[in-house]
Amino acid sequence: MWHPAVEEFCGDVSMLRPRITPCLLVKNGGLVKTINFGNPKYVGDPINAVKIFNEKEVDEIIVLDIDASVQKKEPDYALIKNLAAECRMPLCYGGGVKTVQQVEEIISLGVEKVAISSAAIGNPELIAKAAEVVGNQSIVVVMDVKKVEAREPYEIFVHNGTKGTGFNPVEFAKTAEQLGAGELVINSIDCDGLMKGYDLQLARKVRDATNLPMTVLGGAGSLNDIAALIELFGTIGAAAGSLFVFKGSFRAVLINYPNRSEKDALVPQTRRAVV
Amino acid sequence: MISIVDYGVGNIQAITNIYKRLNIPVRTARTAEELTRAEKVILPGVGSFDWAMTRLNNSGMRDVLVDVVLSKGRPVLGICVGMQMIAKRSDEGSLEGLGWIDAEVRKFDVAAASHRAYLPHMGWNDVEPRCRECLFKDIGATGRFYFLHSYYFAPKDPKVIHGVTDYGGPFASCVHSGNIYGVQFHPEKSHQCGIQLLKNFAVM
Repeated sequence: MWHPAVEEFCGDVSMLRPRITPCLLVKNGGLVKTINFGNPKYVGDPINAVKIFNEKEVDEIIVLDIDASVQKKEPDYALIKNLAAECRMPLCYGGGVKTVQQVEEIISLGVEKVAISSAAIGNPELIAKAAEVVGNQSIVVVMDVKKVEAREPYEIFVHNGTKGTGFNPVEFAKTAEQLGAGELVINSIDCDGLMKGYDLQLARKVRDATNLPMTVLGGAGSLNDIAALIELFGTIGAAAGSLFVFKGSFRAVLINYPNRSEKDALVPQTRRAVV
Repeated sequence: MISIVDYGVGNIQAITNIYKRLNIPVRTARTAEELTRAEKVILPGVGSFDWAMTRLNNSGMRDVLVDVVLSKGRPVLGICVGMQMIAKRSDEGSLEGLGWIDAEVRKFDVAAASHRAYLPHMGWNDVEPRCRECLFKDIGATGRFYFLHSYYFAPKDPKVIHGVTDYGGPFASCVHSGNIYGVQFHPEKSHQCGIQLLKNFAVM
C-alpha cells in the first residue's frame, strides 16, 4: 500500500497489463524487416505505418533506425519529430544514440522513451548520465543477443549483429538496472524474422536477474507465441516486427494488430504479475 | 482558448493533434505574453522532476503561469511530471515544486508491494474514477490509460484524489482541487480514453 489515504475507496482495480508492441526498423528512411538481422525487406513508409497503428490502438511502438549506429550517423531528428507528433501511442526511439545531449534532444521532441544499445554497452555510464537528466523511466537498454555455444550460452552483439562484445546479457542486465535503466529490450538475433516463437529460455534468464520492466523481441509468429510469453511472465512487453507487418506464408505486407478483445484474451483472468 | 505550456518538455504536438481532430481550438504558449491570455492551461511533462522544473523556471513563463492559475483561477491540467510539479517537493529531486496542492512526490516502494512489481510503472493500467463527471465523464467505471513513472503523487488531503490506480497498492492517478487538475498517466498517448479526458477538460 503506497498511500493510506486512498485505501478506503479503492475497489476492485485490476493490474497492469502486458504490453503488445510493434517494433519497426528504419533503413534509408523506409521501413524494413530483417531475418536474423540480415536481408532487409522494404515494407513501407514509417509515418504511414504509424497512422495505421494509431487506428489499431496499439499499446506502444518501438522504432529503431538500423543505419544510424553502423554508419555513425546522428539520429534523424526530423523523422523522430514527425513520428512523435503522429503517434497517439507511446513511442520508443532507438538508433545512433551516443550522448546525453542526443537523449535530451529526442525526449524534448516528444518521444517517451529512448533506446540505447551499442553506446550503452561500450560506455555503460551513459545509462546513468542520461537517466539523471531525463529520468529512469525514459531510458531503455536494448540488448541484441546471439547464442554462442562455444563460450557462455548467450552474448550481446552490436552493429546489427555483426560484432560480438563478450558481454553476457544476464550480467549486463544487472549492470543496466544498477545504473538506472528503466526498461530492458531483449532482442534475439537467432529468432529474428523466423516467426517460430520467442527464445523463452533467454527471457527467463534475464527476467530472473532484474526487477526492471522487460520487453522481449524476436521470433513472434502468432498471437499464440505472445500468449505463451504472457503465460510465463505475466506483466511483460511482447514486441514483434514480422507478425505485425506480414500476413500469410508469402509474407505479403499487411499491417495488422490484435483488437481489444483478442488482446484481452491473451491475458489470463488473474492479471497478477507472475514472478 | 486552451494554452499548452511549451517549456521544451513533454509531447505538445500529440496533445495539439488530438484537439485539432476534435475541432477544439488550442495554442501553444512559448512566452509569458502568449500565456497570459490563457483561459485554460495544460502543463505537460516528461523527464525527471528537477529537469522539468529547471526548464519551467528558465522558460520565463513561471510567474505568469502562477498568476493565471492562482490569481485568475483558470483551470489547469498537469500531465505526468506536469502533475508532479504541482506538489511541494519530490523524492526525485531537490528543487521546490509549484506547491499548488499540499502534496509530495514519492518513489514507489516495490519491496513493500502486495505482489511482484517492477519499476518504473510502465504500460496500460486502469483508473477508477472517484467522480464520473468532469474529467472522467463518459469514460465508464474504469478507464484504461498509459503510465510511465517511478514516482507518485501523495496528497495530504485524500479529498483531492479524483482517480485511483493499483500498482502493488493503490495510488492517486488523478487529483483535483478547485481549478487545479493533475493526471499521472499520459492522456495524449492513451487512445480513446485519453481523447475523451482531454475533450472533457476542454468543455467543462
